[in-house]
Amino acid sequence: MGQFLQQVLNSISIGSIYALIALGYTMVYGIIRLINFAHASVYMLGAYIGYFAMTYFGLGFFPAILIAMVLCTIIGVLIEKIAYKPLRNATRIAVLITAIGVSMLIEYGMMFFVKANVRSYPPMTGFLTKTFTLGSMTITTQQILILVVTIVLMVILQFVVRTTRIGKAMRAVSQDRDAAELMGIDVNSTISFTFAIGSALAGAAGVLVGVYYNSINPLMGMLPGLKAFVAAVFGGIGLIPGAVLGGYFIGAVEVFVAGYGNSMYRDAVVFAILILVLIIKPAGLLGKSTREKV
Amino acid sequence: MKKLLSVFLVLVLMAAALVGCSKAPSQPAASGADAEEIKIGINYELSGGVAAYGQANLEGIELAVEQINAAGGVDGKMIKLVTYDNKSDHAEATTLANRMMTQDGVLAAIGPATSGAFKATIPVAEKNEVPVVSGSATADDVTVDDKGLKEYAFRICFNDSYQGTAMADFAMNTLGAKNAVIIMDSSSDYGKGLAKNFKEQFERNGGKVVAEESYVEKDTEFNAILTKIKGEDFDVIFIPGYYEEAGLIIKQARAQGIDTPILGADGFDSPDLLELAGADALNDVYFSNHYSSLDQDPVVLKFIEDFKAKYGKDPNAFHALGYDAMKFVADAVGRAANLDGPSVKDALASTENFVGVTGSFSIDENHNPVKSIVVIGLKDGVQDSITRSGE
Amino acid sequence: MALLQKGWLKYILMLLVFVVGQVLVMTGILNDYLFATLTTLCINIILAVSLNLITGFTGQFSLGHAGFMSIGAYVCALITMRISTIPGFLLGVFAGACAAALVGFIVGLPTLRLRGDYLAIATLGMAEIIRIVFLNLEITNGAAGLNGVPQFVTWPWLFLFTAGTIHLISNFIHSAHGRACITLREDEIAAESIGIDATRYKVTAFVMGAFFAGIAGSLYASYFYFLRPTLFGFSRSIDILVIVVLGGIGSLSGSVIAAILLALISTYLQSFPELRMVFYAVALVVIMILRPQGLMGSKELSFDLLRNLGRSRKRRSS
Repeated sequence: MGQFLQQVLNSISIGSIYALIALGYTMVYGIIRLINFAHASVYMLGAYIGYFAMTYFGLGFFPAILIAMVLCTIIGVLIEKIAYKPLRNATRIAVLITAIGVSMLIEYGMMFFVKANVRSYPPMTGFLTKTFTLGSMTITTQQILILVVTIVLMVILQFVVRTTRIGKAMRAVSQDRDAAELMGIDVNSTISFTFAIGSALAGAAGVLVGVYYNSINPLMGMLPGLKAFVAAVFGGIGLIPGAVLGGYFIGAVEVFVAGYGNSMYRDAVVFAILILVLIIKPAGLLGKSTREKV
Repeated sequence: MKKLLSVFLVLVLMAAALVGCSKAPSQPAASGADAEEIKIGINYELSGGVAAYGQANLEGIELAVEQINAAGGVDGKMIKLVTYDNKSDHAEATTLANRMMTQDGVLAAIGPATSGAFKATIPVAEKNEVPVVSGSATADDVTVDDKGLKEYAFRICFNDSYQGTAMADFAMNTLGAKNAVIIMDSSSDYGKGLAKNFKEQFERNGGKVVAEESYVEKDTEFNAILTKIKGEDFDVIFIPGYYEEAGLIIKQARAQGIDTPILGADGFDSPDLLELAGADALNDVYFSNHYSSLDQDPVVLKFIEDFKAKYGKDPNAFHALGYDAMKFVADAVGRAANLDGPSVKDALASTENFVGVTGSFSIDENHNPVKSIVVIGLKDGVQDSITRSGE
Repeated sequence: MALLQKGWLKYILMLLVFVVGQVLVMTGILNDYLFATLTTLCINIILAVSLNLITGFTGQFSLGHAGFMSIGAYVCALITMRISTIPGFLLGVFAGACAAALVGFIVGLPTLRLRGDYLAIATLGMAEIIRIVFLNLEITNGAAGLNGVPQFVTWPWLFLFTAGTIHLISNFIHSAHGRACITLREDEIAAESIGIDATRYKVTAFVMGAFFAGIAGSLYASYFYFLRPTLFGFSRSIDILVIVVLGGIGSLSGSVIAAILLALISTYLQSFPELRMVFYAVALVVIMILRPQGLMGSKELSFDLLRNLGRSRKRRSS
């Protein structure tokens, strides 16, 4: 039982990270129907920004994560303006290929500048090193931190999307871009705003991963990015609650396959889930299926 | 008409393919027998996953070359290195081996550091008759496998069965462990070989391996498997793998409150281990190695002094192995009848009582050295104790 | 002038390429290192042409081509390591290609109902699963992979398989089946309404593409001595996609030209692998923004095209 609870705890930490990344995928897909492969690279950049902020500027955790979020926001908007905006009316495949290109550009460009070697965050100090024991369970402050940061960011996100003007605009554009435009909504700035929010969340996830696992490299985004995308698809792509649900679900699947099965098949199970969901219920767990209009 | 023609063409091509099967023998690489310098190929992991090994090897090699050339070279000829970076990629290592042997015409090649990459270059070496030497490829079947001896492959380090066996003995005899857990890097020959030999010896000694888990390179999340093994009753963990993941496993294990001794092999020897795991986690951690800077042997002391003078830091085992590998090759080139691949190969194979920083050794009939091993203990991330065994 | 008819010229050109290659190899001008580059080039051509059949001509966006390649590679290696003879090699190539085609069929049947980016993601997931299976199988020696795969690939074989693949796929495209595939790409619903069985043609193209990817994998295994699952990851699928996109989605000669172009570039950027990938990435983005149809669009390099080009240039200059 203790072991089971400990595994649940493990899956919450990793699930939070997936949920944060999946939110960016799902919002962008909801608004422009694009699998933004570059999103995983923004997550990687977030981890490196946090690394540089902590190592070379000696900043603490909170300033570092804020800087990473701000810079990632700018990067996300720039990616949208430079690479995706010229393709607003191109085929979806063309935009998808562009997204793959942008992602490769960032990852290998980064590799060129910082080399492929793994880097580690500076040793944590103060409250970030504490460990609590609860019966047979151990909880670190880092795990608590991940959960708290994730919840705070999600509450803010929910507030923005539900109550603010721009949030309403986002929802309107994702439902029907043309109609939204006719209603006087600035579609371009709404799309930029969506990229901004998604990228900020990815940046935060990057720093959290850096602190928690203490190991970052230029290609670190590839696999978590794909898995977060699987999470978004699982929950129902385009749906914010779906991404959160999917993130925690994929986190749990991973941990429990490793903890009770064979850790070597962890990733295969995740991808098998993806294919099954796509075939059986492509709209995802929380999505409604739509019929294609002729 | 068109159809007829295509049938005809296919037939011609088939015939040509069958005739051309025995490709014209590639021209012997110009090994520079008359040249003023001796070209040695360097094929190391200077970037990528295990860059720390390659870079350290290269620093050791460069120090050795500097000393050899300062002392007048080998028979009056200077050694010139042809250095390539294989990016820790096996395919790249093969391509580079091909390139240095057929285009640059090297007399012998040193590297790569890891067993898998080194093995990938051996067929190229055999084909071009250029000896390849690795300072640190420890997998058992590197120089000899079930197909027989690989004539042109040599190494100067002990192999994994020796290492795994030594660590199993260490766990049992020095630490008094009875139950062990193995967390293995299953993406390398190295990890698999070590795990197998450790397990066999540990069980032969009467111990029990209570759980075996595996991971692949680049994994970062180990909490799930650590939680799983936490439920088992064990008194030692053996991690056959490289520092990049081992560092993270140690960190996460200690964070989960697992404080049993952790054992590893020479893959732990990198400053990055300390960075990744943190000093607090690196207590009660032991790993087998080729050399330790705590050694008081005069050869070792001289090497440490020279190394510090050139690079301003303490050498680790990979520096020492690189240094020895270069000296070993230079020694054989000096004894070779001719300056060509086959002669250098014969000279390497007949090396006896070579005095190196990582111990004195002779090359046996399987192109392996016969040498001793040290087990290094860490305290707060710093080398604290050494235990010597074998010889 | 009969000799200069298009059909003839193609074969004469092919023969010429073969003879020149053979002479270069025999005289040793094409040393082992250059030959390795040539082998990579030919394998990339086969991969790109076969992916073009799926993505370019049938319009099914696949990100899992490396998965089929790995099946061909492993099956062929396992056979040639046991039967190290020329017949064993041919058996290996054939078995490898068939195994890849079989998996293509099994995977294609359910997933090809998906459209566009969903299919892309599903094929990507499939390739990852294949890779993980190879990672865990005992017979493929897991992640450490197979070492000491016998080398059989020589220039004649390389040429035979490369030219054969191009020839067969080009014939398929110009057949009624191929036309049906192209119709599907242009408009699936319209195609179905004129009686084209969409699923059947999609699966046919997919299985054929997988078959030739299997051949490419077999050749890889029979030249490079060793196999590891990491060789067939996501980035290899992307490499192939870059060639197809750069050359032109729906142009076989475009794929060949792009493969040659990229081989030259990567040879120059050999010492800077990151730069090579950065270049690939920039190429993808720039092409999609400026010329989304690729270098050749859906045109083929033919003598008509050259003649037309010459004519239009003349017209402009006059």
